[in-house]
Amino acid sequence: MITLTHYFILTGILFSIGLVGVMRRTNLLMLFFSTEILLNAINVGFVAVSKYYNDLSGQLFAFFIIAVAASEVAVGLGLLILWYKRNGSVDLNSLQMMKG
Amino acid sequence: MYEVIAFYVFAALTIGMFGIVVTSRNALYAMSALAGGMIFISGFFFILDAEFLGVVQIVVYSGAIMALYAFGMMFFDTTRDVSEKMRSKKIAYSLSIASAVLVVAILCAPLVGESVEALYPSIEGVGNVQMIGVVLFTKYLVPFELAAIMLLVAMISGIVLASKKMDEYLAIEDEDPEDVKEGR
Repeated sequence: MITLTHYFILTGILFSIGLVGVMRRTNLLMLFFSTEILLNAINVGFVAVSKYYNDLSGQLFAFFIIAVAASEVAVGLGLLILWYKRNGSVDLNSLQMMKG
Repeated sequence: MYEVIAFYVFAALTIGMFGIVVTSRNALYAMSALAGGMIFISGFFFILDAEFLGVVQIVVYSGAIMALYAFGMMFFDTTRDVSEKMRSKKIAYSLSIASAVLVVAILCAPLVGESVEALYPSIEGVGNVQMIGVVLFTKYLVPFELAAIMLLVAMISGIVLASKKMDEYLAIEDEDPEDVKEGR
């Protein structure tokens, strides 16, 4: 029988994978991918809580998280393309220069 | 019984896919694995009786977001290997400790939330999609409209940011980078 704890452990594992990605990646596109993993992990947790406590609020929060993720990708990818055109690199280290 | 098998299969597949995303050195492999992982995540939603969110996950994440990444990657040089450099060990260690504490906090959440009362309990005989519609358009109407405005703003900003100087850049690819910066 699958309990809520199983889903929380899964959420924790997926969230840790995303955090590892955020920490070890220096490519900005890969950082965006890791952010998507973090958002998805939390979505699974929300829906599991919604099911086991018999409450719809968790599903609605997951719904709004998906909306936020969609807009984040649109803006972030636009900025990333702009940065790549200007510098020819999406590496995190290329952001450290503060030249105008 | 089938629920248990499905949970473990989907858990293994999702962890494997997301593991590829964070370890692969090729951006294209990482993106394909992320799209696969998103679809397996939707499997959990179907197991958990959240059919609406499962469909939204496939349509929005795997359809819209991954297609957007795929289009965005046409601008980048994806054949080159992604370089990985860990400069400061101290930052990595402190972040690891912080994330470990965070994971423990996540796993302890059910102990704290023992006395949670259901605000919107699902009613017998009413489907998941219908119930979400009722709650979304009564209690959560204002956040819903705000989300719509936020998506509109994000769409406009995405178009404006990505389409700026698009034709000029393609024409003067081999010229001096200083000219590109000044938009000549």
